Formats: sequence, structure tokens, C-alpha cells
Amino acid sequence: MLWVDKYRPRQLDDLIIHQDIGDSLKKLVSTGDCPHLLFYGPPGAGKKTLIIGLLREIYGAPVEKIKVETKPWKIELPNRNIEIELTTVQSNYHVEMNPSDVGNQDRYIVQEVIKDMCRNRPLELKGQRGYKVLLLNEVDRLSREAQHSLRRTMEKYSATCRLVFSCSNVSKVIDPLRSRCLCVRVPGPTGAEVQQVLQHVADKENLQLPDALRQRVVQMSERNLRRALLSLETCRVTQYPFTDNQPVQLPDWEMYIQEIASFILQEQSPKRLYEVRGKLYELLVNCLPAELIMRTLAVQLSRKVDDELRHKTIELAAFYEHRLQEGQKAIYHLEAFVAKFMSEYKSWSIAVLG
Amino acid sequence: MAHFAQPWVDKYRPKSVNEVAHQEEVVHTLQKALESSNLPHLLFYGPPGTGKTSTALAMARQLYGPDLAKARVKELNASDERGINVVREKIKAFAATSVGQPVAGYPCPPFKLLILDEADAMTQDAQNALRRTMEAHSKVTRFIFICNYVSRIIEPLASRCAKFRFRPLHGGIMSARISHICTEEGVELQEGAMETLGKVSGGDLRKAITTLQSAVRLKGLKVHPQTLLDVSGAVPESVTQGLLQACRVRTVSTVQAAITDAIADGWGAQQLLLEFQAGLLKDATLKDDQRAKICTVLAEADKCLVDGADEFLQLLHVASVAQQAICSA
Repeated sequence: MLWVDKYRPRQLDDLIIHQDIGDSLKKLVSTGDCPHLLFYGPPGAGKKTLIIGLLREIYGAPVEKIKVETKPWKIELPNRNIEIELTTVQSNYHVEMNPSDVGNQDRYIVQEVIKDMCRNRPLELKGQRGYKVLLLNEVDRLSREAQHSLRRTMEKYSATCRLVFSCSNVSKVIDPLRSRCLCVRVPGPTGAEVQQVLQHVADKENLQLPDALRQRVVQMSERNLRRALLSLETCRVTQYPFTDNQPVQLPDWEMYIQEIASFILQEQSPKRLYEVRGKLYELLVNCLPAELIMRTLAVQLSRKVDDELRHKTIELAAFYEHRLQEGQKAIYHLEAFVAKFMSEYKSWSIAVLG
Repeated sequence: MAHFAQPWVDKYRPKSVNEVAHQEEVVHTLQKALESSNLPHLLFYGPPGTGKTSTALAMARQLYGPDLAKARVKELNASDERGINVVREKIKAFAATSVGQPVAGYPCPPFKLLILDEADAMTQDAQNALRRTMEAHSKVTRFIFICNYVSRIIEPLASRCAKFRFRPLHGGIMSARISHICTEEGVELQEGAMETLGKVSGGDLRKAITTLQSAVRLKGLKVHPQTLLDVSGAVPESVTQGLLQACRVRTVSTVQAAITDAIADGWGAQQLLLEFQAGLLKDATLKDDQRAKICTVLAEADKCLVDGADEFLQLLHVASVAQQAICSA
């Protein structure tokens, strides 16, 4: 098992970071009644861990008995029938799903599947709460229609069902949903907190973790705990005992984007653009989200240019990333960004260097 | 039973039209209509949390009483499929059925109510298909449309309805409602809490009540203004001040670091922009044209965020423009 999973706290009491949030959640559950919840925060901050802890707090240990099920849902629309395959993770008490997986048909999932689940009251077993929990991941990726469809469902069936959302980009969740939830902000761990967790894991694994290496892992992690733990484990696999100057490997996609950035800066020509396109495709077919590519590329490029050009790069990246969200195919917008950047860079270097 | 406790928003939903807070003209007109049992088609519009759905539901209850309401009132909202086919079949079928026997004790006018909640999410085609249905069955069915943006309702439908605008609730009304709930639930508001609640909710009563209830659940019956701020997800001033400070430094990397930190702390970008703007307007050292430049880009970034653009890049863009505007002077 990966360390990330192995050392994930199972209960709210075991939390190392975010203990204040854990305490609040415990209080929330102890009043016997829990509102709809929306957890938001950057990736690797511990949203999922908090949610698992919360479920455990509500229902006790049996909630950990889960089964994964992929099942096709037949949905009858007035003029046609469609079939949607959806994977759910469920216990007797809760159902977890990722409704944005089904793409632009997510509306039907909300209108049919979720509504159906909300409507059914859970069996009144001994020691069980009167409601069940529906856990929806990545609500920020749900379409507008799907989010609108959730509005009344949340109010109507609030007696039998609690919805728990988790998302990283809270701006993409529409206002009416936010105003119906208790929003919980989960900040990314600070450097010191990441260090603390790394040390904790190292102690449990009986590893000698040199200070310098730990510092470097923390720095590379960008306040993302999952990333920190994964890279620590990678270091462990590549070389142990640890040495002070051991390199910490970046994820390969990030190195690849760094490569693209320096590739762009070396030469600005249509031929180079063509080659860059091939590389971008390589990233896209490996299912890397386009906005992540855009963001990382912009950061890498702006790192290597002078301040005046940085402003321009940021402006371009913001502009084309917005276009990308509006449009259908990511490659056009990524390439447009690269082309525009090349032209800006070229005219700048001509003006400066002559 | 404790665990069936309802959200306060539902618990304190007005039970009759009279109780609807602040919307005097709406209430007055509807009152008249209820007395005479004669009702036009209605169109309610206004920002979230101002009582549109509550009014419609309260009216249905007052007209028919709890028993008959099931048969006489149909509520369709965005959680139901409402394409053109539904309009053609379901809605038309419901609109066409004649009404049954009235129940004693309620006015029970001889028509049914069809409430179309969140009507601005209906397609144009579906709306068009309703036009004739509304007229043909107006004898036995009244339509109530509820929406946030009246401009998304096609003109032919809007012109068939009596329009009512629901206004955002101002301080006095909201505090009356909140203190009512507080006495009922035994909540004690500490000094400044009411003002804070008014500020974070911005006239949205539902948000105010949800925030209050969340605060009570988390921290107990004594509510401190700071708790409310924490729960509502509002960005504290220190964060925006830090951002503004970073914009005064001439290097881009400072700004970038500040933004990266703000995102990693999990602040919502839209909230951040709002507070950033407030901080900007308060800052006396800035000239008007600098502010204007920054505000333009704020507006653009907000639109982009609504469209679903990346938070980091948009914020970074705003900060970079702000830095240029501040440092160039």
C-alpha cells in the first residue's frame, strides 16, 4: 500500500493537521444533526481525509466496509432512453460518486440517480442515524445545469439525506449551492505541518530522514501533502539510506513541461511550434488536464524571462486559459498561447538585443 | 427527534403570505388576490434568498390547505427534466385536468397551481411551447414562474404574467427575522454579530440563516462575530492587505508567491477579488486612474471565473496588472 493511503488518518481523533476543523466537525456530529457540507481547498490539503473521518464519526466503524460497484443506469427521457455507466463506492450508510465522470450527461445523473437515492429513506436499523450521506467529489466540474438541478433536491429531501461535496475550485460552484451548505475551507498544510507529517511517517517506517532532504521535499511539495508523501516514498525507493544531497524527483509530467518551456525559449519559429504541438499532444493523450498544462507552462516560462515579459506572459496565459474553458478542443488554445508567447518573446529580444 | 432536525431555513419558512418579510407590495397584492380567490399568472423574480419560493409555497398552502395541495399543486424545478417534451406531455396533461371538490376551511378556488421554479433554466423552446398551454387552460390552471433573471424568460411568457420583483432584504427587516429565530432557538448574538451577519449575507436571508445555524452548530449558542466570519468563508482583511502590499513591490515573483500562498490557503477567488476591491477603494494612496485600471481587470477576471477559468491564472493576472498600475506612477 502506498504511504499516502497507509498513513491516512481514519478518525478525526488521529488527525495530525487540521485538528481545529476536526474538532468542529466532531461538535457538529455530536449535536445529532449535520447540515449539507461543502469542503473546499487545494489538492492534497486533506479534504478527503476529513470527510472519511466525518463519516466514521457519524456511523462508527461499519462505514469502512465498502463495496465498489459499476452499474449502468437506464434513464428514460421523454423522447429517448439513455444508459449511463457510473461507478459508486458505497457502504450501508453512504454512497460516494464522481458525477462529473459522465461528462455532459451529468445532468441526468443528478436528476435521476441522485434524486432517487435521496428519496429513499435508509432502513431504520438500531444505532443508525435517520439520514444517509451522499458524497459527491469534484462538484466544481459539474455542468451548470447539473448544479442547478441539485438546488431543490437538497432542500426537499433534507430529512433523509445529507450531501457532502468536495471541490478544489470553489468559484465554479454556483452561489445557490454554496448558500445551502456549511462551507468548510481546508487550507493546504503549511511548510512546518508538512515537515511534521513527513517526520511522523518516517518514524513509523523507521527511516532516518536527514533535515536537508526533508526541507527539500517540503519545498518541492508546494504545500500539497499527497505530493510530499509520494515524493518521499519515491526517494525511499531510489536510494536508502538517505543522503543529504539526494535529488528529489519532480513528477515526470512536470519535467516534461519544463523541457517544453526551455524548448520554446531556444528558438521561435513555425517549425519549433510544430514540434511543440507534438509534445503538447503527448501530454494531452496522457490525460493531463489542459488547464494544468497551461498553468505549469506559464509558470515555467515566466520563471525564465525578464519582468516586463512576465506581465505579458501572465496576461496571455489568463486570456487563453479562459478561452480554453469556453472552447471544445484544448490543443488550439494551448498552441495559440505558445505561438503568441513566441511572437512576444521574439519581438522583445529583437528590441533588446537588436 | 434530534436527528430529524430540519435546517432552520426550512423550519422557519413562512407559513402564510403575510409572514413573508419585506416584500410589501407583493404581499399586499397577493393578499387581495387570495381574498377574492382570483389570481393571475404570476412571475416572481429577484436575487437568491429573498423569498420567492417561500411565497409561492405559502400561497399554495393558504389556498388549498395541506391535504388538497397534493392534488392541486404541482411543483417542477430544475431537478426535473423540463425539456420541450415534458412541457408538451406532462405539463399539458396536468394543466388540462379539471379540478375536484374543494375542502372546507380553505378558499379552494376552482383552479390548480403549477409552480415552475428556477424557470430561467428552461430552454427557449420549452418556454415557447408553454405559451398556448397557458392561455388554453387558464380557466383551470394558474402558472407561477420563479426565476433569478427575468431577462431569461421569453417576452411572450412574461407578458402573460403579473410580474413581481423581490428586493434584497435590507438590514432592519433581516435583523427582525434573525432575532425572531434567535429567540425561538435560544441563540445569543454577541455584540456586532448582527451587523456581521448583514454584511456577509448581502441581503440574502437564506445565506444569513444558514450562516447563523452553521455558527451555532460549530461553536454553541453564543455567537461571536468572528465565528460568523469564519463560517461564511469571507476573506479576512489581513490577506488582501498582504496582497496589496505585494503589489507595491516591483518584482513579479513577489506577487506570484503571494498569490500561490493565497490559493494554497484555500480562499475562494471570487471572494478574494471582492475583498481586494474593497481594500483598493479604501487605500488613499492610490490615484483614481490607477484604481480604474485595476477595477476594469477585476471585472474581467470575475467574468472569466464565472465562466470557469483557472483561479490561479486569473488572480495572477489581476495582481500583475495591479502591480503595473501601482508601480508605474
